[in-house]
Amino acid sequence: MIDWSELFQQIVAGLAAGGVYAILALALVLIHRATGVINFAQGEMAMFSCYIAWSLINTYDLTYWLAFALTLAISFAGGAGIYGVVIKPLSRAGEITVVIATIALLVIINGLAGWIWTPEIKFIESPFPPGTFTVGDVVISKQDLWVFGVSMICVSVVFAIFRFTRTGLMMRAAAIRPSTSRLLGIRVAFMLAVGWGLAAALGAVAGLMAVPSLGLEPSFMLTIIVYAFAAAVLGGLDSPAGAVLAAYILGVGISLLSTYVDFVAESQEFKLPIAFGVLLLVLLIKPTGLFGRTVARRV
Amino acid sequence: MKEVLRSHLASGICLAISIAVLAVLPSFMGFFETRNMAQVGMYFIAIVGLNIVTGYSGQISLGQGAFMGVGAYTTGYLASQHGVGVWWTVPVAGAVAGAAGLLFGIPALRLHGPYLALATFALAVCFVELARSDRFAEVTGGSQGVFFGLPTAPYYQTWGIALGLLLLAWFVLSGKFGRSLRAVRDAELAAVSSGLNPAVFKTAAFGIAAAYAGVAGALLAIQLGSVSALAFLPALSITLLVGTALGGFGLLFGTIVGALFIVYAPLRAEDVSQQAPSVMYGLFLLAVLFLMPGGAAQLILRLRALLGKATKQVYSRPTEGEGD
Repeated sequence: MIDWSELFQQIVAGLAAGGVYAILALALVLIHRATGVINFAQGEMAMFSCYIAWSLINTYDLTYWLAFALTLAISFAGGAGIYGVVIKPLSRAGEITVVIATIALLVIINGLAGWIWTPEIKFIESPFPPGTFTVGDVVISKQDLWVFGVSMICVSVVFAIFRFTRTGLMMRAAAIRPSTSRLLGIRVAFMLAVGWGLAAALGAVAGLMAVPSLGLEPSFMLTIIVYAFAAAVLGGLDSPAGAVLAAYILGVGISLLSTYVDFVAESQEFKLPIAFGVLLLVLLIKPTGLFGRTVARRV
Repeated sequence: MKEVLRSHLASGICLAISIAVLAVLPSFMGFFETRNMAQVGMYFIAIVGLNIVTGYSGQISLGQGAFMGVGAYTTGYLASQHGVGVWWTVPVAGAVAGAAGLLFGIPALRLHGPYLALATFALAVCFVELARSDRFAEVTGGSQGVFFGLPTAPYYQTWGIALGLLLLAWFVLSGKFGRSLRAVRDAELAAVSSGLNPAVFKTAAFGIAAAYAGVAGALLAIQLGSVSALAFLPALSITLLVGTALGGFGLLFGTIVGALFIVYAPLRAEDVSQQAPSVMYGLFLLAVLFLMPGGAAQLILRLRALLGKATKQVYSRPTEGEGD
C-alpha cells in the first residue's frame, strides 16, 4: 500500500531540489545560447557568490535580503567581467579553447574561495520560516515550498526578460545572428556580457537556495552542478523550457528513487551515478536531449 | 625525405639524451626526490594517453583521473586479495582500464563536443562516489581504501614503462591509425567520405587513453602501497588536462614539460597556501590558452623555426583551439 502523504512530501522535496537544478540549468542554457559553450565554472561561480553573501551577512552585518540583493548585483558584474576578460578574447580561438578556459576558471574560483575564506564549512541561515503545514494528512516543509517558489519566480523573470523586453530581444538577436545584429546597431559583446551576468546572478540565487541545507564549503556545488548539467543536457542545451522541465523531473525522480528503491535509500552515493546513467541512456536514444532540436552541424 | 630523416634523427638524439639524464638522475637524488620524479613519470604516461584523445582526436576528456583510479584499484584488489605480484598487476590494470574506457566510450563518443566533456566530468565525479561507497568494500575497501604494501619509489620501472609507452604512442600515431585519427579530427565529413568510421577511431583513441591512465594509476598505487578514492578526485582529471594543455595538444614531446609542471609547481605553491596550487594551475592554464595555445611543444617548434634549423612542421596540431 502506498503511503500517499509520504509520496506527496517526497514530490515537494524533489521539486525544491529540482528548483535549484532548474535555476542552474537555466543559467547553463543562457550561456550556451549566448556563447555556444558549456560553462564548467557555473557551479563554482555560484559557490563564490554564496561566500560573498556570507561575508556581507557575517562581516558587514547586513540583513539577509539586503545581502541577497547585493550578492546578485556583484555576481552580475562578476559574470559580465569574466565574459569580458576571459571568454570574449578567447572566443575566436574555438570551442575547445573556451571550454578549457571555463575549466580553468572552475579551478581558480574553487581555489580562491578556499584561500580567502578557508575550506572550513560555514553556514547561512535560511531566510524562510522553518516548520511545516499540513493539508489533509500531508505534511509539507515550508522551506521546500519557498525554494520551489523562488525557482519559479527566477524562471518566470528570465522568460519575461527574453520575451517581453527590448534588451531581451537584442540579447537573443546577438546570440543567434551576431554579425547581422552588429549591422543593426546592437552592441553584441555588451549583450553577451549581460547574458553572462544574468547567468552568474541566477547561479547566485541557486547557490543561496541550496546552501542552508548543505553548508558552505568550496566544493559544495560539485554534485549539484552535475545534476544541473544533466538537466540541461536532458532538456536540450538550446531549450530553456526543456532544461527547466527536465530539472524538475530530475529532482522529483531522484527524490522518489532515494525513498522507494531500497539500495539507493541505503547508499545515497548511488543517486548521482544513476542520474548519470539515465542521462547517457537518453543521449543514446536522442542525442540532442528530450526537447532539443536536431540541427545540421556545419562541417 | 631528407628532411623527415633529419627530423627523426633529431628526435632520436633528444630521446637518447633524455634517457641518459633519466638514468643518472637518481644517483643525485634522495628518496623523496626520487619519488617525485617517479611521479612525474606516472603523470607523463597519463598525459601521453590524454593527448591521444584530446590532442589527436580533438575530444575533451575530463575522465582521465577516473581511469587512473580504475587501474589503481585493479592493482590494489589483485595485490591485496589475491596476492598477485604488484608488477604483474600493471598490464592487467592497463587492460581493465582500457576495457572500461571502451565500454564508456561506445555511448559517450556518439556525443559531440561539449557533451563528451560533460559526460566525462560526470564520470569523474561519479567514480569518487562509487569508490568511496561501502557497497563495494570487498573490492575497493570502501572509504578506508586498500593497503597492500609499503611506500616505494619505483623510479626505473616507471620510466622504463613510460618510455616504452611513449615509443608505442609515437609508432601508432605516426602510422595509418594516427593519420586517420587526425583526419577525423580535422575534417570529419571528408574522413567519412574516404571510408573512415569516426566513431571507431574516437572510441579506440578513448580506449587507448584509458589504458595508459590505468597503467599510470597502477604505478601510483605501487608507489603509495595503497589506494584511496581521495587520490582520484575530479581535480586530478583537471590537473592532467592542465598538464596536457601546457605540454601542447597533439604534440607528444611537450608532455614532459606538462608532467614536470604538475608535480613540481604545486610543491612550490603550497608554501603560500594550501589552496594556492589550484589557483596557480588555473591561472597557468589560462595563460597558456592566451599566450601559447600550442603549449610548450609549439613553443619549442617556434624557437626551432626561429633558429632556422627546420621550418617544416612534422606534426600537425588541432585546428580548433588555436589562437591564430
